[in-house]
Amino acid sequence: MSKRIDVKDLNVYYGNFLAVEGVNINIEAKSVTAFIGPSGCGKSTFLRTLNRMHEVLPGARVEGEVLLDGDNLYGPGVDPVTVRTQVGMVFQRPNPFPTMSIRDNVLAGVKLNNKKISKGAADALVERSLRGANLWNEVKDRLEKPGSGLSGGQQQRLCIARAIAVEPQVILMDEPCSALDPISTLAIEDLINELKDQYTVVIVTHNMQQAARVSDKTAFFNIAGTGKPGKLIEFGDTHTIFSNPSVKATEDYVSGRFG
Amino acid sequence: MTTNSLTTSQGAGRAGDKVFSGAALAAGCLILAVLFGVALFLVVQALPALVAQPEQIQGGQGFFAYIWPIVIGTLIAAIIALVIATPISIGVALFISHFAPRQLASGLGYVIDLLAAIPSVVYGAWGAAFLAKEISPAYGWLANNLGWIPIFQGPASATGKTILTAGIVLSVMVLPIITSLSREIFLQTPKLHEEAALALGATRWEMIKMAVLPFARPGIISAVMLGLGRALGETMAVALVLSSGVLTASLIQSGNQTIAAEIALNFPEAGGLKVNTLIAAGLVLFVITLAVNMIARWIITRHKEFSGAN
Repeated sequence: MSKRIDVKDLNVYYGNFLAVEGVNINIEAKSVTAFIGPSGCGKSTFLRTLNRMHEVLPGARVEGEVLLDGDNLYGPGVDPVTVRTQVGMVFQRPNPFPTMSIRDNVLAGVKLNNKKISKGAADALVERSLRGANLWNEVKDRLEKPGSGLSGGQQQRLCIARAIAVEPQVILMDEPCSALDPISTLAIEDLINELKDQYTVVIVTHNMQQAARVSDKTAFFNIAGTGKPGKLIEFGDTHTIFSNPSVKATEDYVSGRFG
Repeated sequence: MTTNSLTTSQGAGRAGDKVFSGAALAAGCLILAVLFGVALFLVVQALPALVAQPEQIQGGQGFFAYIWPIVIGTLIAAIIALVIATPISIGVALFISHFAPRQLASGLGYVIDLLAAIPSVVYGAWGAAFLAKEISPAYGWLANNLGWIPIFQGPASATGKTILTAGIVLSVMVLPIITSLSREIFLQTPKLHEEAALALGATRWEMIKMAVLPFARPGIISAVMLGLGRALGETMAVALVLSSGVLTASLIQSGNQTIAAEIALNFPEAGGLKVNTLIAAGLVLFVITLAVNMIARWIITRHKEFSGAN
């Protein structure tokens, strides 16, 4: 239950503005890949092209190919809705649906597309997903309470539970810990380590220690200057990127000399 | 003897604060005073009609017998207006906020706002001179084919000046209120929640059901209640469109009357106790509107826990 992603010559635009240029990257199944780089370098923008969330913004579009186990996400006749059921996403700020209970939040994606699910199967899925997100023991007695009543870290794990409940192939995480305290961050990082047994995980992070802790491979993005497109500078094993990068800019960034 | 150096403060800033808080307090008190004054006036002026002998009131059966048919008439007209206007308004507002291309959306928004700028007497004239005439064949059809339902019982009014026509005119009048308020609320839906729904594989409509409508629910209720307030209190349009009469269940016969139109049509020639009776009718309308607003507030607060405000 996980697929690999191969990106070929991807250009990402907002209207006429080229935001990210010429990305080629191969992301292995059942691995954790971290995107690092300074603010505005296009790593989040690029991440959002991997489940066609980029085009939600008016005027946003891409050129090139993103292959999910060989199937082009941007091929003709591909429904973005189908893509997003295969490639789930966790956002920077926890965003459980405020009008739904914890249980309904977990089931939100499953009930889409008029899918029916029996109560027993739903209960089992809620428990399995919440256990998968390391949240079950904390919320099992208050599943009918609103999700917005949880702490920030719990809300983010609820969002992860919601994402894995639909059994995607890939989970994208856009700075999932940037709004969380260190203890909640640690809980999410532990969770990412467990998730990679079943899913392909791609995470954008500003925190280089986090990238070093959780990822197998790291991609470094950079931008030449304001108004210039962001580019993938270097991609390789996390250990190599942090200890022996082949590009000077990567070395400067990971050693804290800029950014 | 030491003085606390923190007790000295910047004079100018403090003065500005005082002026502002004084002005805000005065404005708040003024509202309460005006509201209290109106309520007091209504009660004092209505009292003679409320305590009068039954035979002195118009109709000769007492105030209650006089008022309840027009209360029902008012509610029928307002409910017709809301039943028609609410789904259309929400649909138009959703179209503007989430479906229409940007240029079309802003143009449509202006047109809707323009609808709100038309004076009610114009709506009344349009309803009486045009809509009533055009719609009366439809009433004939309803009477012939659905006449077994009490609300469509024949014979249909030949002029079309019925409570249903009045309700339709009212629905056009409340449409811009509900539409523009709903549109504002829909546009305020957090992007975060919309994207959460989309990222789970929701279609556009599912995203709206999942993120937009639950978020907008209290706002929609407020918008509908504001529309209801206008429909309940609307005078001119109803007075022009409706050929009034006694309370009837059928919506396509002439008959029924609303409180506001009753007051407007009778007040100029009224004298003595009749004036008190009409003011008492106004008091009843005031109480109905107040009750509607309180119920709306109650509905909104009932779901506070899930509103996302916490």
